[in-house]
Amino acid sequence: MNRYTKKTFVLEIFGILLAIVFLIPFYFVIINSLKSFAEILIDGAAWPKEFLFSNYLKVWEIINFPRAFWNSLIITVLSNIGLVVISSMAAWKLVRTPSKLSKIIFIFFIAAMVIPFQTVMIPLMKIGGILNLTNSIPGLVIMYFGFGVPLSLFLYHGFVKTVPIEIEESARIDGCSQFGVFWRIVFPLLKPITVTVVILNTLWIWNDYLLPLLVLQEKELRTIPLATSSFFAQYTKQWDMGLAALMLGITPVIIFFLFLQKHIIKGIASGSIK
Amino acid sequence: MNTQLETKSQTNKAIKSVSKRNKTIKNILTYAAFVGPALLFFIVIQIIPFFMGVYYSFTSWNGVSSTAEWVGLANYIKIFKNDPGFVNSFLFTTKFMFAAVIISNFIGFGLALLLNAALKSRNLLRTVFFIPNVIGGLLLGFIWQFIFVKGFASIGKMTDLAFFKLPWLGDENTAFWGIVIVFAWQISGYMMVIYIAALQGVDQNLLEAAKIDGASNWTLLTKIIIPLILPAFTICIFLTISMAFKIFDINISLTNGGPFNSTQSVAINIYQEAFQYNRYGLGTAKSILFFIVVAIFTTVQVLATKKREVEA
Repeated sequence: MNRYTKKTFVLEIFGILLAIVFLIPFYFVIINSLKSFAEILIDGAAWPKEFLFSNYLKVWEIINFPRAFWNSLIITVLSNIGLVVISSMAAWKLVRTPSKLSKIIFIFFIAAMVIPFQTVMIPLMKIGGILNLTNSIPGLVIMYFGFGVPLSLFLYHGFVKTVPIEIEESARIDGCSQFGVFWRIVFPLLKPITVTVVILNTLWIWNDYLLPLLVLQEKELRTIPLATSSFFAQYTKQWDMGLAALMLGITPVIIFFLFLQKHIIKGIASGSIK
Repeated sequence: MNTQLETKSQTNKAIKSVSKRNKTIKNILTYAAFVGPALLFFIVIQIIPFFMGVYYSFTSWNGVSSTAEWVGLANYIKIFKNDPGFVNSFLFTTKFMFAAVIISNFIGFGLALLLNAALKSRNLLRTVFFIPNVIGGLLLGFIWQFIFVKGFASIGKMTDLAFFKLPWLGDENTAFWGIVIVFAWQISGYMMVIYIAALQGVDQNLLEAAKIDGASNWTLLTKIIIPLILPAFTICIFLTISMAFKIFDINISLTNGGPFNSTQSVAINIYQEAFQYNRYGLGTAKSILFFIVVAIFTTVQVLATKKREVEA
């Protein structure tokens, strides 16, 4: 249907040039993160005279990168597990119990997607104080449960409708409890949408800045975005170390993306109703 | 097998008639066990704070003292009459939203058309255009702060192009466009993915038939392709409207609202009002106004999408 013509070749060249333009910012960050401060000031575009890895070593210590990485990881993993468990269970039950109540609850979740984070954040900090959720990683994870549940539940709700009910019914007759039916039979069938839910929530929670900023004050609890921003606040315009900090900050998520890009792009496209 | 099932269902029926009441209670409990946790977290984290916010917007709460004095509409009146900072941030955000939505959808749709051609490097290009989207706005803003301050300066020295010699983040006008550029750089790849999915759904036979009838590429695009994928445009435009209107991360790390608060988004304004000046009552009033505007956008989006679905 589509032959490779001269016109396609021209388009191809154009596409590659555009891609290079898209990548230029990364080129600047990488080469300059390996230079001394003086060398950056002389010429920001030039190739480094020699590769200086000392910037990375210094930043690694200053922002305590292993700690920040671990905090980001544990927050993302725990929030994902919780969101998958609570929203898949709720979505399944809501679909399988067709009643007015189920419908109202579902609409209640969806309607709240309209509420922007900024409208909730100020009183939430008061509630967080009362319930002892502030300055603690489990507390932040619980908040992510609350913020993530509408979209996750919405995606599961749509998917459960496509799962045939017959398998569940026969398992019920064989005496399986509802929990048994759900975890042993239904949940494995939900795998494709679970992948989408986990990818969307991971990209959101890993990169999130404002909620951790409000909840986590202690230095030891900082996530990667928090550690990077407090580094920039302290070392303004010290680009040699600043760029190394940025490289450290973006590398994990870029590796995550390159490994799972097919799933991620598919998940992003199907989750775009948000 | 069949007889076994029958006997089982018969016993089931017998049990049902004996303890129907117990069964109902059990059903209610299971329902609660499945739906309850999601509902509980959602209500505690989002719904209760939302209604508290509505209440606090009528008070002079400062976040510290345990009592919040009822002040009626005073906060709202103050915002409209006596808060040029908020009005400016609203104007900036609206202006930014228009520019950002048009540019990122234009680029995103263009990239999708390009990658819809039979290019050999298609998958690689798609990956490249999408990469900025997986990096958080905060880090992106810092990266581009360097590009605007140092990177553009060195390109300007090399090429002598006036574009790269502008005082980008130091001037109100160019700082505005700086944020638009970074937003478009982050979001275009995302829009591209949605547009590609829509383009792949277009019936090739239809295009072939039109080509045989002598339709030019431009006619194909404007008369067939775009009308067919209008739902994708609705999704993308409203997604970008909502993202642009809520902009915070990129804004705070790229310009931090400067120069002279000229690029301060509504989200930053609310954040500062509450957490830097400790005027929680005023902050919540602003956040309620913010909610109303976002809610209007989103409702229009849902209605528009619904209408299209009926037509299609």
